[in-house]
Formats: sequence, structure tokens, C-alpha cells
Amino acid sequence: MMMAAELRWLPDLINGLEKKSVREAYGNTLVSIGSDRNVVVLDADLSTSTHTSMFQKKYPDRFFNVGISENNMMGMAAGLSWTGKKVFVSSFAIFATGRAYDFVRQSVCYADSDVRIVATHAGLTVGEDGATHQMLEDIGLMSGLPRMRVLVPSDAAETEQIVRYVYENRGPFYVRLSREKVPVVHGNESFKFGRAETISDGDDVTIVATGILVMAAKIAASYLKKKGISARVLNMSTIKPLDAEGIVKAARETGRIITAEEHSIYNGLGSRVSEVVAERYPVPVRRLGVNDTFGESGKSWELMDKYGLNPAGIVNGVEELLKVKV
Amino acid sequence: MQDSVQSEDLEGIAKEVRKSIIRMTYEAKSGHPGGSLSATEILTYLYFRELRIDPSNPNWPDRDRFVLSKGHATPALYSVLAMRGFFDKSLLQGFRKINSLLQGHAVNHVPGVDITAGSLGQGLSNAVGLALAARIDNKKYRVFAMIGDGESDEGSIWEAALSAAHFKLSNLIVFLDRNMIQLDGFTEEILTLGDLEAKFRSFGWSAITIDGHSFNEIRNALEWAKVQQGPKMIVARTVKGKGVKFMENNPEYHGKPAPNEEKLNEALRDIEGMQ
Repeated sequence: MMMAAELRWLPDLINGLEKKSVREAYGNTLVSIGSDRNVVVLDADLSTSTHTSMFQKKYPDRFFNVGISENNMMGMAAGLSWTGKKVFVSSFAIFATGRAYDFVRQSVCYADSDVRIVATHAGLTVGEDGATHQMLEDIGLMSGLPRMRVLVPSDAAETEQIVRYVYENRGPFYVRLSREKVPVVHGNESFKFGRAETISDGDDVTIVATGILVMAAKIAASYLKKKGISARVLNMSTIKPLDAEGIVKAARETGRIITAEEHSIYNGLGSRVSEVVAERYPVPVRRLGVNDTFGESGKSWELMDKYGLNPAGIVNGVEELLKVKV
Repeated sequence: MQDSVQSEDLEGIAKEVRKSIIRMTYEAKSGHPGGSLSATEILTYLYFRELRIDPSNPNWPDRDRFVLSKGHATPALYSVLAMRGFFDKSLLQGFRKINSLLQGHAVNHVPGVDITAGSLGQGLSNAVGLALAARIDNKKYRVFAMIGDGESDEGSIWEAALSAAHFKLSNLIVFLDRNMIQLDGFTEEILTLGDLEAKFRSFGWSAITIDGHSFNEIRNALEWAKVQQGPKMIVARTVKGKGVKFMENNPEYHGKPAPNEEKLNEALRDIEGMQ
């Protein structure tokens, strides 16, 4: 199959898509739930980047900037939650989950604390800051923790619904957001906790995508359709607990699965889906993600193209999958 | 609700706590007697004289909080809680055993235990969060904590120390169990901690140093704390293994119980004979 230039983000594809900031969606939603006196927000010197500063402006007495001390922030969040506070904690994904991992494990998860970690700047689309800030292992770190639920919204509208969901329900939660503005996937309310959303139906192959890659999956599917291949697209915005039934159904009905995520191929969506498929309904699987390397500096969408996290990467994977004899 | 315990003899209680620490760790064939024995007077005083708590209502929202950041000192904490009536003393026999309520390190599902601790350097941050919550809610409860000196190797202790001073947490009172020993040996040989009172003062705390085995000095320190502004650090000079001769100042007994019945009985006799 000829790989069309229209399947790469640059130079044109990404510019033709409507995009919205998931960080602003987070900040706006925090402000709208902030009238609840139990909502407390913590940030570690990144509030203007994570947009928790929007909450700070409206509710300064329930916002605490702890400085550059993510471990301390997680410990404080736990302490606050033990008195009945509904605590939101924000930083970049690299610091919230990597630097603070043991605090998240002990003070948040083991202590069963009502804490929601909403991290921004996950993945390659951090861009110019480079590998030190491009978190590609966080889904794995957080999914491995008992009690933790892991959520990755696909766009701004879904971010609002997910932030509202984690506000209305008891933590701990991990919500993974991007720095970059994300293409708009949804026009309406779509989120159901723990359920894959069927973006489009199909019979030949299933593309299970999360986050920014959901739009890539959508574009890949319409390209494949023109080539006579019917691809089902699932938006897996809840990574833990995973919608095992939805995956088994896709395996049974389409016979082949490709996963797509802005994360390492290890311990993320691809790994979790593979576990379910291997145990319950073995079919050929391909994982699209970052292949066990660190990222690098560059513009967000340049990097996404370089690392193959675009519709072309998905179409390539589907081609490979269709060649597998079953 | 405090009155009934105000008259109890603190020395007598402390002896019982010490014996319980020795028996629990002997029975479990594991655990941390040294740092539990060094913390005994402070925990005894807090639970029998100072804390506004109600054993019949352990989750009373207005209770004073106690954060045992050095979460391995559970033999002391659990013993004091049992004696104070938070749960039945028979549960102490299950310490560190399978299917038991009483885990090796502190977990907040135990009645009277406010926190989960064990991985060192986290409890002080938890305490800062608890103290901030009191401020948000305009509540009068106080937050007490105990950290270890070895634990103060952890950088997060100093992050929390900065925070407590920054947020001017006058409702936070912390004891530092300065027993001079950590798992691998003497604190000053492993990583020099130096003058911890001066260090905390330079971080913006009010700080004093006391004899952590003297009930009088503990009482006076808590009176002092009531009139200081901001977070309070009480550096308590203590003896690791206090009350059991072969354990005193002996790094070997940081995480090792009495090794046999003979030593067990020797330890119990030592405690009984304490002045």
C-alpha cells in the first residue's frame, strides 16, 4: 500500500484539524467544581503550565503551591485527604509519577487516599524540552499500583468529563494530559468510566487508541476504508480498569488488534490489551508506541512523525497485521 | 474523657509499654525494638496526657492527630494504643503475623492510627497536609508527629520542613527521636546530621532540645510549644534500646528482637528494674 503524505501530521494534516487545549479544559473544570469547599488543589511550581493557576485565582485559600517538591506535595495531598478533602495534585507527568513514585505508592495508594493526580506534559508532545521532560513510562508506573485508576482523555471535551468524574468519585486516580493542543474528537458527551468508546465500527481489524492517538486512529480508519479495509476504532480513555469485554469482543469480531499510544510499548495500553487478548481470546496484536527509547527535542508534531505516532504508523501496523496468517 | 487517664502513673505505663515492645518483637521474631524503646516516654506522654482523643470514637473529626513518621516504631505505638483502649491488647500477639490487623509498619486501618508510614521521610509531609486542613476548616485540632534522626537523611524531610515554615503552621508540633543510631550504625558515622535543633531553627521553626526520657522535660516542652509561633521542633535526646542493657546504644538491635528466651527474660528483668 502506498503511504500517502496525508497520513503524516506535518506539513498539512495537523494544521487542518481543530485543536483545543486539554490543560485549559482541566483548569476550567477545576474552577467550576471549586465551589465545593472540600476541593483542594496543590501544584509544584508549574501552576501556570498545568493551569491550576485558574483555580488559584478563584479560590486562593484552597490552593497551595509547594514549590519544586513533588514528593512533599504527594505527602501533603494525602494528609489533606485524610480529613475529608477532595484533593487534586498537578505537575508534569515526569515529576508527578516518576520523581514522586514512592510517595504515590505509599501515601496515596497504600493509604487509600482520596487524591487525584492530574498530570500534564505527558509524552513526546512536550516537544522542545526534550527527553528529560517527555514521560513515556507513566501509564505503566501508575497502572501497576493497587487502587489506582488510570485515565487518558482523547480531547478537551473528554478531559472535562473525566475531571468531573474523578471529582465525583473517590480517589486515587491518575489523569494523563498533554502540553500540546489536541485535535477535537468529540462533539458531545462520550465518556463512560471503564468502557471503551466505539468511535467507528469495523470487521477486519480493531485499532485501540488512547489520548492524542485516537484522532490518528480515526484518520487511519477512514484512509483504510477507502482501500477496502474495515477498521473498528476504540477510544480507550480508561486504561485501568481496562474494558476487557470490549477487547475480547473486538478480538472475536475483527480477529486482529493494533494498539496506539504516546507511551512506551512496554507497560502501557499495548501491554494491557495484549494481556487480555493472550489470556482470553488470542489473536494477532501489534503495538504502536515508543520503542524502548527516550525522546528528544523538536516540535511536537515533528517528533510524533519521527517516532511513527501518526496515522501512517497505524496504517503500516494494520498492513503488517493483515499479512499474518491465522 | 481525658480525666480518667490523667492520674495514671506514667512511669508504670512506660514500663508496660517497654515490656510489650520486647514481647511483641520476640513473638514476631522480627521488628524494631531499639527505636521503639527510645520513643516510649514521648508516645506514652502524648497518648496519656496531651492528645485530645477519644478511644471510643477513633475517627472523631476534631481529634488531635499523631503522625508516626518513623513507621517502624509500631511496637511502641500499638502498645500505647492498646493500653489507651483503642483496641484489645490480645491483638498485639498478632503483630507482623499473617492475617493480622497489626502490620509491621503503621497502616491507617488500625483504630487510632491516623497515618500510613514505613517508607521513611513521608510522614512529615502528611502532617503538613493535616495541619493545613485544620486551617482551611477553622478547626482547633493540633497535629503532632514523630520523625527519626536516621529518617532525617531523607531530602523530603527538609522539603516538608520548608513547607511547614512557609505555611506558618502553628498547629504542628514535631518530636525528633535523636537516638543517634540507624540501621547500619551510628548516625554521625553514616551521614552527619549535626545540630538538628539549629538546622530546624534555620528553616524557620521554633526548636528546642530535651531529654526524651524525662516526662518532666516532655511536659515542659509541650508547654513551651503552646506559646511559640509557627511549627515547633522538639529534638528529643534519647537512647536507642532504652531500658534493656544489651540493646542500649547497640545498632544491632535497630531491627532485631531478643534472640532467645534467656535474653527475653533478661530484657524484661532490666525493664522491671528501671528507676
